[in-house]
Amino acid sequence: MAENTSAAAEAYWKANIRLVLWLLAVWFAVSYGAGILLADWLDQFRIAGFKLGFWFAQQGSIYVFVALIFVYVWRMNKLDREHDVHED
Amino acid sequence: MDVMTWTYLIVGASFVLYIGIAIWSRAGSTSEYYVAGGGVSPVANGMATAADWMSAASFISMAGLIAFMGRDGSVYLMGWTGGYVLLALLLAPYLRKFGKFTVPDFVGDRYYSSTARMVAVICAIFVSFTYVAGQMRGVGIVFSRFLEVDITAGVIIGMAIVFFYAVLGGMKGITYTQVAQYCVLIFAYMVPAIFISLLLTGNPIPQLGFGAKTADGVYLLDKLDGLVTELGFTAYTAGVKPTIDVFCITLALMVGTAGLPHVIVRFFTVPKVRDARRSAGWALVFIAILYTTAPAIAAFARTNLIETIHDKPYAEAPTWVQSWEKTGLIKWEDKNADGAMQYVAAPADNEMTIDRDIMVLANPEIAKLPNWVIALVAAGGLAAALSTAAGLLLVISTSISHDLLKKTLMPGITDKQELLFARCAAAVAICIAGYLGINPPGFVAQVVAFAFGLAASSFFPAIILGIFSKRMNKEGAIAGMVTGISITAAYIVYFKFVNPAANVPANWFLGVSPEGFGTIGMVVNFAVATAVAALTKAPPRDVQQIVEHIRVPRGAGAAHAH
Repeated sequence: MAENTSAAAEAYWKANIRLVLWLLAVWFAVSYGAGILLADWLDQFRIAGFKLGFWFAQQGSIYVFVALIFVYVWRMNKLDREHDVHED
Repeated sequence: MDVMTWTYLIVGASFVLYIGIAIWSRAGSTSEYYVAGGGVSPVANGMATAADWMSAASFISMAGLIAFMGRDGSVYLMGWTGGYVLLALLLAPYLRKFGKFTVPDFVGDRYYSSTARMVAVICAIFVSFTYVAGQMRGVGIVFSRFLEVDITAGVIIGMAIVFFYAVLGGMKGITYTQVAQYCVLIFAYMVPAIFISLLLTGNPIPQLGFGAKTADGVYLLDKLDGLVTELGFTAYTAGVKPTIDVFCITLALMVGTAGLPHVIVRFFTVPKVRDARRSAGWALVFIAILYTTAPAIAAFARTNLIETIHDKPYAEAPTWVQSWEKTGLIKWEDKNADGAMQYVAAPADNEMTIDRDIMVLANPEIAKLPNWVIALVAAGGLAAALSTAAGLLLVISTSISHDLLKKTLMPGITDKQELLFARCAAAVAICIAGYLGINPPGFVAQVVAFAFGLAASSFFPAIILGIFSKRMNKEGAIAGMVTGISITAAYIVYFKFVNPAANVPANWFLGVSPEGFGTIGMVVNFAVATAVAALTKAPPRDVQQIVEHIRVPRGAGAAHAH
C-alpha cells in the first residue's frame, strides 16, 4: 500500500515537472528569446507601428506571462484530479 | 477649482477610505496579523499583491526611466513581470502547502537549522528596509510637489497613515487597504494615459495607441525615432546596452522578484493551494495593466516633451516648466544665450536637465489635462508608495516578533504577547523608515535595485532547492546562500562604493554590470549548494517527508504556527 502511494506520488510529481518545464520553455522563448536575443533580427518584421522585437520586449512577453500562469492553473487543477491529490 | 484644492480633496478622500477599512478589518490574533487568518479570496489577494508589489518606483519612476532609455528600459518591464511566472510555477503553491507565516520559517524548518533561519531573517530585514526607505521618500516628494508642504511634513503624514492601519490591522488590515489602494492607483495611472493616447493617436487604449499613427499620418514610434535621432540620441526602439548585460539584468530582476519576502508572504494568506496558483495569475493580470501601459506613457511623454520644449523660447515655456524648476527637478541653463531651451544629446550643447522621476507626475500637465487629473495622479502615487511600505513593514515586524523572538530568543511567549511585540516592532520600523525617508542616505535609489540582486542570489536558490531536491541539506543551502549573497554584495559594493570610477563595461566580469550580477550570484549559489550537498550527508528522514508533503496539494490546512 505504502509503495502504491509513493509510486502514485512519483507519477504526479513527474507529470508536474514536465508541465512546468514546457511552460518555462515558452517563458524563456518569449522574453529572453524574442525580447532580447532575437530582438534585432525580429525588428525587420512589424505589427502596426511596432517593430516585432521591440513589441515582444515591451508588450508581448507580458501578455504571454499572464497566459502562461492561467494555463498552468488550468492544467494543474486537471492533473490534481487525475492523480487524486486535489483538495476537498 | 485649482490643482491644490483638487489634490487636498482627492488625497483626503483616499486617506479617509484607507483608515475606514483599517478600523473595519483590525486583527485580533497572530494568524490574522501575519496572514490575514488565511481567508482572503484569490482575486482580492491578487489585487493586494499587485498594490504591494507596485511601489512608488513602478508608479512614479518606471515610465520616466523607459522614456529616457528606450528599448533598454524593457529590462524593467520583463524583469518585474516575468518573476511572477517563476513565483506561480515554482514557489507559491508549495510554500502555501507548507503553511507557515514567513519565508525564514520555511528556510529554518526545511533546513532544520537555526543558523539558516537567522541568515534568512537578516536577508529579509535588510532587503525590506532598503526598500521601505525609498517608499517614504516617494511619499515626501508627492506631498512637497502637490501640497506644497515640505518633505519632512509629507513623510510624517505618510508615517501616521501607515502606522494607523499597519499596526492596528496587520496583514488583514493591510490586505483590504491594498485592494482599495490598487483601485486608486490603477485609476490614477490609466486616466491620464487614456487622455494622452487619445490626444496623440486618437486611440483610447494606450497599448494600441503606442503602435498607432499620430495626426500627421506617421507611426508614433517612427516619429519618435526620428525626433530623438535628429537630436543626436540613439533611436528609441534600438538598444545600446550589451545583450549579455540586458539578459543578466532581466534575469536578476525576475528571480529577485520571485525571492522577495513581502511578495512571497502574500501567498500564505489564501485558503488553498489551488488559490495560491490562481492568485499569482490574478496578481500578474493586475500588474500587467500598469506594466503594459507604462511603455506607452513613456513613448508619449518623450514625444510630448521634445515637441513642447525643444528650441522654444523660455519666456513662452508652459507653466509646468517653472513649477518643476522650483523643486529642482528641471534645470535650464542658457548656454548659447539665445533665450530658447535646447534639448539635445551632446552634453556641451544640452541646456535642459530633466529628472526622470517627473515624467509621470508632470505628464498630465505637459499634455494640458484638467486639474482633477493632476490631483488624481498625486493620490495614485501616494497609494503606490503607502501600500508597498505597509507590506514591507509587516515583513520586518513579523521577522522580529515571530522569527527572532518567538522562534529563537523567547519561545515561551503567548499568542497575545507575540501580537503585542509584532505591533511594537512595526511601530519602531515605521519610525526608522520615516527617518530614512527624511534623511535619505545618498545610496537609497541604487540600493533598492540591488535588493533584487541580493534576493536573487540568496533566497531564490535556497527555496527552489528546498522544494525540488530532496537531497539538499543544510550544509549545502547555507554554503550556497552565504557564497551567493557574499560575491554579489562584494561585486556591487566594489563597483558602486569602493571604486565607482572603475564601473565601466571593460572592467565588468563577462560584461555583466553590478545591476545584473545577481544572476551570476544565483548560478554560483546553485553550484555551491549542489556540490556541498553531494559531499555531506543527506537530510534526516522527517525533513524528506516534509518535502514529499509539500509537493502534493491535498491536506493544506490554514496557515498556523505548528
